[in-house]
Amino acid sequence: MRRPRADVEASQGKLTRRAAIVGGLQFTFVGTLAARMHYLQVDQADEFRLLAEENRINIRLIPPDRGEVFDRNGVQLARNVPSYRIVVVQENTGDVDEVIERLRSLVPLDADELDAALEEMRRSAPFLPVTIADSVSWDTVSKVSVNAPALPGITPEVGLTRYYPLGSDFAHVLGYVGPVSSYDLSKIENPDQLLRIPRFQLGKVGVEAKYEDNLRGKAGAKRVEVNATGRVMRELSRRVGQAGGDLQLTVDSKLQRYVQSRLEMVESAAAVVMDVESGDLMAIASSPTFDPNLFVQGISVADYKNLTDNKYRPLASNAVQGLYPPGSTFKMMTALAALEEGVISADETVYCPGHMEVSGRRFHCWKRAGHGWMDLANSLKQSCDVYYYDLAVKIGIEKISAMANKFGIGVRHDVPMSAVKRGTAPTKDWKLDRFGQDWVVGDTVNASIGQGFVLTSPLQLCVMASRLATGRNVSPRLVKSIDGVETPVINGEDMGLNPNNVRKMQRAMYAVVNDRRGTAYGSRIIGEGMRMAGKTGTSQVRNITAEERARGVISNSQLPWERRDHALFVNFAPFDNPKYAVSVIVVHGGGGSRNAAPIARDITLQALYGGEPPLDAYPSKDRGRIRTQQAKLREVRPIARGVGAGDQA
Amino acid sequence: MSYLEYTVKSVPVGARKMLFINWPLAIVLVAVASVGFLMLYSVAGGSYSPWAEPQMKRFALGFVLMIGVAMVPIWFWRSMAGLAYGISVLLLIGVEFFGAVGMGAQRWIDLGFMRLQPSELTKITLVMVLAAYYDWLPQKRTSHPFWVALPVIMILLPTALVFKQPDLGTALLLMGAGGGLMFLAGVHWAYFVAVITSGVGLVTAVLQSRGTTWQLIEDYQFRRIDTFLDPSQSPLDAGYHITQATIALGSGGWTGKGFMQGTQSRLNFLPEKHTDFIFNTLAEEFGFIGSFSLLLLYTLVITFCIASALINRDRFSNLLILGIALNFFLFFAVNMAMVMGLAPVVGVPLPLVSYGGSAMLVLLLAFGLVQSAHVHRPR
Repeated sequence: MRRPRADVEASQGKLTRRAAIVGGLQFTFVGTLAARMHYLQVDQADEFRLLAEENRINIRLIPPDRGEVFDRNGVQLARNVPSYRIVVVQENTGDVDEVIERLRSLVPLDADELDAALEEMRRSAPFLPVTIADSVSWDTVSKVSVNAPALPGITPEVGLTRYYPLGSDFAHVLGYVGPVSSYDLSKIENPDQLLRIPRFQLGKVGVEAKYEDNLRGKAGAKRVEVNATGRVMRELSRRVGQAGGDLQLTVDSKLQRYVQSRLEMVESAAAVVMDVESGDLMAIASSPTFDPNLFVQGISVADYKNLTDNKYRPLASNAVQGLYPPGSTFKMMTALAALEEGVISADETVYCPGHMEVSGRRFHCWKRAGHGWMDLANSLKQSCDVYYYDLAVKIGIEKISAMANKFGIGVRHDVPMSAVKRGTAPTKDWKLDRFGQDWVVGDTVNASIGQGFVLTSPLQLCVMASRLATGRNVSPRLVKSIDGVETPVINGEDMGLNPNNVRKMQRAMYAVVNDRRGTAYGSRIIGEGMRMAGKTGTSQVRNITAEERARGVISNSQLPWERRDHALFVNFAPFDNPKYAVSVIVVHGGGGSRNAAPIARDITLQALYGGEPPLDAYPSKDRGRIRTQQAKLREVRPIARGVGAGDQA
Repeated sequence: MSYLEYTVKSVPVGARKMLFINWPLAIVLVAVASVGFLMLYSVAGGSYSPWAEPQMKRFALGFVLMIGVAMVPIWFWRSMAGLAYGISVLLLIGVEFFGAVGMGAQRWIDLGFMRLQPSELTKITLVMVLAAYYDWLPQKRTSHPFWVALPVIMILLPTALVFKQPDLGTALLLMGAGGGLMFLAGVHWAYFVAVITSGVGLVTAVLQSRGTTWQLIEDYQFRRIDTFLDPSQSPLDAGYHITQATIALGSGGWTGKGFMQGTQSRLNFLPEKHTDFIFNTLAEEFGFIGSFSLLLLYTLVITFCIASALINRDRFSNLLILGIALNFFLFFAVNMAMVMGLAPVVGVPLPLVSYGGSAMLVLLLAFGLVQSAHVHRPR
């Protein structure tokens, strides 16, 4: 078949034209592609490079070692110990169920923990380690290690956890750390990224919480390259963190241990020992207490319920958070206020018939028969109430409260423990403000003997005793040094009181303990140069009704525990050259002279002798009993306790 | 002019044909494929397996086949056009019944030694049959409605079958190549205006059909369109792919991160890094210079083809070469537009560079036809 030449030429021409159009379109599109390429790879390169880096580089925080805590003699109170956990990496395991079954036959696994781990495994990438048993014993770790060939993908891992070698002794002082909770995070504005590390431990209460910033340290970081599934390919760089600073407390762990065990001989009590010169807190104990190690890796619901359901409230420190009417231990405040005002002199006497009428109401002395004629020294020695009622009516509440404030009552002492209470040294304004009621003279009368609105903590009473012993503004100090730097001792300046008046109070307190008719004579110290001065207190927590009074006051032992009197005692020793002040409260423990003073004496002697005192420091008739008690305390808590990491589990 | 009118004597015979092969074109093809080998070696983390080695073997085989096809006179291929088209349509029907399902689509038939993807084969046979048709059709009938309807049916039949697999990308490429060939053959402008207008109408209809009972395309195809329009909407799903691909490309900068240093591909942020998104690995590791060079090589392939077509006076050869070049162009242009975020992700690989057997073999066979046309051109 032959085609006309012209037709062929025409079709060829048309094809060339169309080919030029199609080719042109193609080149235009190639140009567009090149422009796009240039835009993305040259103009936008920096932005995409940043995105690519963000993709591949992850910053992993390295938790710093938490600062350790020591007592004044360098004994460790809080340290970091290795904590072992068993982790499983699914991709190395093969048959997960079978391997876990094998592991189960070797070591005990907590069912709930295991379920949670299996759930986590289902959700996470197969190369990520999942913890199947936390804080396991060394024994478990060695079993797993020995059987490693049968347990592919299962490895023990080690981390650091907080450990309190002295257990419950310092529970209230140190407080404890615990895993960061979402509640903790919600409270902190702009929280440190460290806190988001799983299982990171944060100071929750006590010194651990108050010095959190100092103890925590600074996180280190490593930059790692990860792939799209999050697997770490290699480490790019590492910046070492900074370990937390160490703390040294003023507390003497040996004394603290003694005090704690001594207090545990009664149901609920607290005691504070303070150096009267420096204000160093040598011991702050509260009983019952708890084991802070329970909290470190998260406390179990059952354990926590046990602690919160206990009627003696072991979680709270009676020493700083407990507020009690100080009872007769407050009388020094009333007396000093009156002496300083010049309302009375030490020799002036008041007649005590066993009660006193104030604005139509009868206020009783604890001794119903009355004390007869009382001067200052005798009234304190025998703890006559009527004498102080009389002073109170003469000087009024404002002067008494002002004196109490000077001695640290109604003042919040700056001690780094949790919930340190301010207490109450009541005034007229305070009552109006608080209750919307006017002050009545009866309130003053009650306050004069440390009842009514007056509330103090054992810490405050100890500070009061220190100031009475020195006449200076001694302030409590709990932290001796931070990261090796000594915290300054506040050398309390003179309180500006008449030294003669202070001296009179001290002598009267000496008589309380050392005079045959003193309320604490039974708890005197006879060691030469060790004699103490003190004051007993018995504070009521209930109103004695007229009906009860008519029947005769019932003895404490017949009442339910919550309604019994508090037994209190404050003292300082040695009298000639005061070194330590001590305050003791036995919560709902009955009479101060019988129940608090002996404890205070034991503690004082222990502090003065720096250990177990010789028996001849005690009056001869007490020695037999004391010997038995000392032996018992030694047995209850052996002095040297070898506590290692392995003992934990 | 038809081949019967040539002085057949002036056409080279025997081994002498080797000298008349369009060697510049062949060399550029080798260069393009070598870029592929390099990148496959890189994405495997510096290893010939699992991709670079099989790819090289297949290319070698394909190259030999290309020369083999080039040795056979073009008039033989012309006579085969109808048969080839028929077989490929039958194969397309075959995958409907015997096809293996891959990536949610029935695409290949397992022949034992290789997987045959009939849709790839159709790309050439369609061009062949259309070229033969317009070579046969007298010029004055080209725009006659009846003679226009015939090739339209020839295009739509395989397109519909491919579309049904479902493989939207290849279906669109078939339509593009077929339509382009009709345009080259000189069909009247008005038809194209009408088709483009109705195409726009169809797209609108498809978009409107979403969620209704007469929904025209699959849900995943709708999602791909959504993702193309706004990748950040689904950053962890389909949009993640295109976002990561763009990051890989963009972060290459002028000169790239260096051979085998592409973090996006090495750390698996880049999806399908050895197939659809291989260009992004190249762009990441060799930067703008590298990616622009590959674009230039592709452009060179097109240019050599167009040049070869323009010196050829045989109408079948002309249309065949231009059709194959257009096919090749659509192939790489759609892939590049896709990986650079200019087109939705439709699953079109980068020709000769992406890992894949049948696509490469078919392409080399096509270039064999181009070579045959070149060798046996009327002189």
